[in-house]
Amino acid sequence: MGNITLKQVTKNFDGHEVIKPLDLSIDSGEFVVFVGPSGCGKSTMLRMIAGLEDVSSGTIEIDGQDATETPPARRGLAMVFQSYALYPHMSVRSNIAFPLKRAKMDDALIKEKVEKVAQTLNLTPYLERRPGQLSGGQRQRVAIGRAIVREPAAFLFDEPLSNLDAALRVNMRLEISQLHKDLQTTMIYVTHDQVEAMTMADKIVVFNAGNIEQVGSPMALYRHPVNKFVAGFIGSPKMNFIDVDDTVNGQPVTCLGVRPEHLVLSSTSGTWKGKVGVAEHLGSDTFLHVNVPGVANLTVRADGNCPYNYGDDVFVSPVSGQEHYFDASGKAIRKESAGNPSATVTAISQ
Amino acid sequence: MRHSQLVRQKIVYSILAWVVGIAIFFPILWTVLTSFKTEIEAVAAEPSFLLFDWTLENYATILEESRYFAHFWNSVVISLGSSLVGLLIAIPAAWAMAFVPNKRTKDVLMWMLSTKMLPPVGVLVPIYLLFRDFDLLDTKLGLVIVMTLINLPIMIWMLYTYFREIPSEVLEAARMDGATIGSEIVHVLLPIALPGIASTLLLNIILAWNEAFWTLILTAAKAAPLTAFIASYSSPEGLFYAKLSAASTLAIAPILIIGWFSQKQLVRGLTFGAVK
Repeated sequence: MGNITLKQVTKNFDGHEVIKPLDLSIDSGEFVVFVGPSGCGKSTMLRMIAGLEDVSSGTIEIDGQDATETPPARRGLAMVFQSYALYPHMSVRSNIAFPLKRAKMDDALIKEKVEKVAQTLNLTPYLERRPGQLSGGQRQRVAIGRAIVREPAAFLFDEPLSNLDAALRVNMRLEISQLHKDLQTTMIYVTHDQVEAMTMADKIVVFNAGNIEQVGSPMALYRHPVNKFVAGFIGSPKMNFIDVDDTVNGQPVTCLGVRPEHLVLSSTSGTWKGKVGVAEHLGSDTFLHVNVPGVANLTVRADGNCPYNYGDDVFVSPVSGQEHYFDASGKAIRKESAGNPSATVTAISQ
Repeated sequence: MRHSQLVRQKIVYSILAWVVGIAIFFPILWTVLTSFKTEIEAVAAEPSFLLFDWTLENYATILEESRYFAHFWNSVVISLGSSLVGLLIAIPAAWAMAFVPNKRTKDVLMWMLSTKMLPPVGVLVPIYLLFRDFDLLDTKLGLVIVMTLINLPIMIWMLYTYFREIPSEVLEAARMDGATIGSEIVHVLLPIALPGIASTLLLNIILAWNEAFWTLILTAAKAAPLTAFIASYSSPEGLFYAKLSAASTLAIAPILIIGWFSQKQLVRGLTFGAVK
């Protein structure tokens, strides 16, 4: 189990609406990622699901039961916090055992469960240590251990990896994904890192200014963003936006969006001519920042052996059928016939 | 050049600190020295600092004539009792203010502190009359109540500053882990805040131990603590400086010893929150 349904949920702080009425349904066993910029309301939403924050209006249902007024302890959810929130005065063993003790479980059973969890998370050698004697990654694992030992209906993760260094973050990301595959329990994961969202989620919920902008699978969001905000937020490096004045399917279009990986470079001909600014060589990829006068500064993702360098003249063209169009309000306009050359751009050559 | 300047500066500051320290400590030192003098030497026109006939006569007289240990016991009951009862009220109050604040929390805190700005004599008559009507005059219970009430604002303030330093996520984690408010406070908050609670307790024991205004007014014989015992040596029959000093030394000795052993804790408690 672990179905969570939000119906017309809102949140006000001092008369200011931080979460506008929103509906969301999370199925049992799903890995859902709430993503959005800082202050968009994603953490507040998570805390409302946890019961740590009151709901101003609307209802939260967990497994079909109205849990809007249920205290956090009785919602059957477990949470992993950004700061780990371990009990500093307790050993790793007592930290993991804490929720079971509160549930007045038998001591022998607690011991067995704690040791099993410790084994799963490679924490057995550290069971008698205090959190202060552990590294960041180990602390994070203890926090996860404390959450899984309860066998909750769902896990809530509030930016759990943001305090870790880059290498550890990638490791923990994999571990959490693996954990989800093993446990098959509902997980709601809050992050502002779209890479985490793309790599971990079954379903991404994009938040912006207290609204849900779009809900869908990572690839659906990547391929068919419903608006400019989602298009710009999902994908790294960010999508290029170019001001245009045209029509697509009879609708006025003011912006053309092309992802860096959907731009091709040529030294002889192409849609736009520009000068290479900074070239970031990552080894596997090269990110070129091409300044096209009168158009935009375009980011182009090229392969690792890209020959262009600072100051070179290049032609940049969008891959046909991979363009995104937006109207003046930022709404995406879907082009009906795929494969046609771009409606708004024509090629030029040297 | 720069280094020697720094050293010189350090020496100057050290000397200054010692001068201030000695100036503050001098009255206590003088009291202790006087307690070993005879009454005549104690009031001599040219008092000698160390070269006098040292005597334990004052201590012997005091311990013989008065009920020092009864007063001592009263002081223990009143200061420890009021500090413990105060903690029982202050901990949940400070928890609420630190972790579930509302728009008025700061106002409530300021109001509580403002009660400490009122001169105690301002509420003397009502408190005296209440004590008389409730038969609390010259009882330890009465003094425990008064001491608890007058020190409560400081206790709540101190604990509030301590609790504010504890990340609320830790308490939220406990809530998520199935802890009730009671077990959240007992199993998580208190152990983490133990150093703060200890220094709050210590400071309040000291404040209650040294409180003279209310103890002198509300007690006579039965419940009189050491402050009243000291005062009894400045009687209408005349001032007995040496005996008064011996009584004072005996009165402050226990608290001085506790203070000495817990000074690290106390200093941390008083400066907590100043620097993170």
